[in-house]
Amino acid sequence: MSASIKSAPLVATLDSCEVLIVGAGPAGLSAAKAAASGGARVIVLDDNPAEGGQIWRRGAHADLPASAIALQQAVRACDAIRIVNSAKVVGILDAQTLLVETPEGALKVRWQKLIVCTGARERLLPFPGWTLPGVSGAGGLQALIKGGMPVQGQRVVVAGSGPLLFAVAATARKAGAKVLMVAEQASLARLTAFARKLPLWPSKLLQAVQLRDASYRTSSVVWSVQGQGRVQQVTLKQGNRMTTLECDRVAVGYGLVPNTGLAEALGCTLHLQDGVSAVTVNTQQQTTVPHIYAAGECTGVGGCERAQAQGSIAGYCAIGELGKARKQEKDRAYWSAFAVHANSAFVLDEELKSLPDAATLVCRCEDVSHGALLGHTNWTEAKIHTRCGMGACQGKVCGTAAQFLYGWQMPEARLPFTPARVGTLACAGGAPPDTNRVEP
Amino acid sequence: MTKTPLVLRVNGRDITVTPGTTVAAALALSGLTATRTSVNGEPRSAVCGMGICQECRVHVDGRVRLGCQTLCAPGMVVESMP
Repeated sequence: MSASIKSAPLVATLDSCEVLIVGAGPAGLSAAKAAASGGARVIVLDDNPAEGGQIWRRGAHADLPASAIALQQAVRACDAIRIVNSAKVVGILDAQTLLVETPEGALKVRWQKLIVCTGARERLLPFPGWTLPGVSGAGGLQALIKGGMPVQGQRVVVAGSGPLLFAVAATARKAGAKVLMVAEQASLARLTAFARKLPLWPSKLLQAVQLRDASYRTSSVVWSVQGQGRVQQVTLKQGNRMTTLECDRVAVGYGLVPNTGLAEALGCTLHLQDGVSAVTVNTQQQTTVPHIYAAGECTGVGGCERAQAQGSIAGYCAIGELGKARKQEKDRAYWSAFAVHANSAFVLDEELKSLPDAATLVCRCEDVSHGALLGHTNWTEAKIHTRCGMGACQGKVCGTAAQFLYGWQMPEARLPFTPARVGTLACAGGAPPDTNRVEP
Repeated sequence: MTKTPLVLRVNGRDITVTPGTTVAAALALSGLTATRTSVNGEPRSAVCGMGICQECRVHVDGRVRLGCQTLCAPGMVVESMP
């Protein structure tokens, strides 16, 4: 290796705050603004290079709505708020201290109130050929394009389920891709029922009209992908008919799954919603653990607008401004109703469970096939015998797939929550070096 | 954000990108289809785009980083996993 390696100091920086927010998406930014409104010291941790979360992702090729830019600027301009970008929560040191890894080294953050805004990830389901380069998530492709991934002139098939598919196709087209098809697994009957009630949410109706797509097909599923070393061909099942298309990229995402790992490890109660775990909260966005709040997609997938309302309520409640929180309740109820409506339209078809064949890999990190997992009865047993979920992603992809395919529940996350440097883990033991902030 | 292009090194080759471009995108711009080889020897590339799947992990200035969550910087040295 020719590059010089800058070694991180083995001493963690320590910082403390009244309100710590994990995640700087719509919920986290709204929570930060509300929590800092009374002068409380707020720290926001976010694992991406820039705040905004997935939906307001900045990048070389990203356009943001004016309201999102205004919120980001308001949070940036606030002296009481410290934003730490590229910060990954690695573990829990004690009841009120988190261990965090940043590009500058380890960081210990002590908090009095914590608001978990960890968002959601895409549900990626295995199908033959899904490990070929050129296959990505649907939201995954959108994120990659916003980061400058070249797709000019490429033939793309967008597939999976949910309203996100429209936005992905629009982003790909704008970047010069030729979108051959947007394949939605839900039936036309379900989508018609969904569309019929859209006038109740006029801004969503307008969005639907703006994003309408002539290549949109219902009851359509990516059945397999073929190619030598990369995607060359995709086979789709449309009703009872199989169609094969030559293409360069296939982007498939089956909706979103709440990121509940941190909240669960902190002891917060989860509940099942639409078949997946979500953080349980009360009307004040409080979890079942004192002083810990949660807002946005980690409390159940509900969209950007609901996340903002929940974030504001959590932020105000965390500083005891219950009156201000109450003013956001109407908004939250309005968007929660939309979430229930949208989630019911895009329920996954049981047929998707038959997508993988025996040779299809379910665990991409350890290359464990569907056939190797079929003989097992639960996650832990499968993990011990096959190494499923023991690779770098720590089961975040295959565990989510296994929950859908086999009904297996994953045990709660343990330190380190994400691959971390040894230098960071070394900081997990022992007493903090100083109660004041120590600069590396 | 300044739009003056920046130059980084990807697998020994200089690549010019717009500021705000991720390392995952720079790898593709350098003509690379795969970012790493799986335990069974299969080529892989970025899947989730948001730091979950770990498929785009590469060496950045000698340290393992996720291509999708790392922004290109002038003079950065990127090497894909063999």
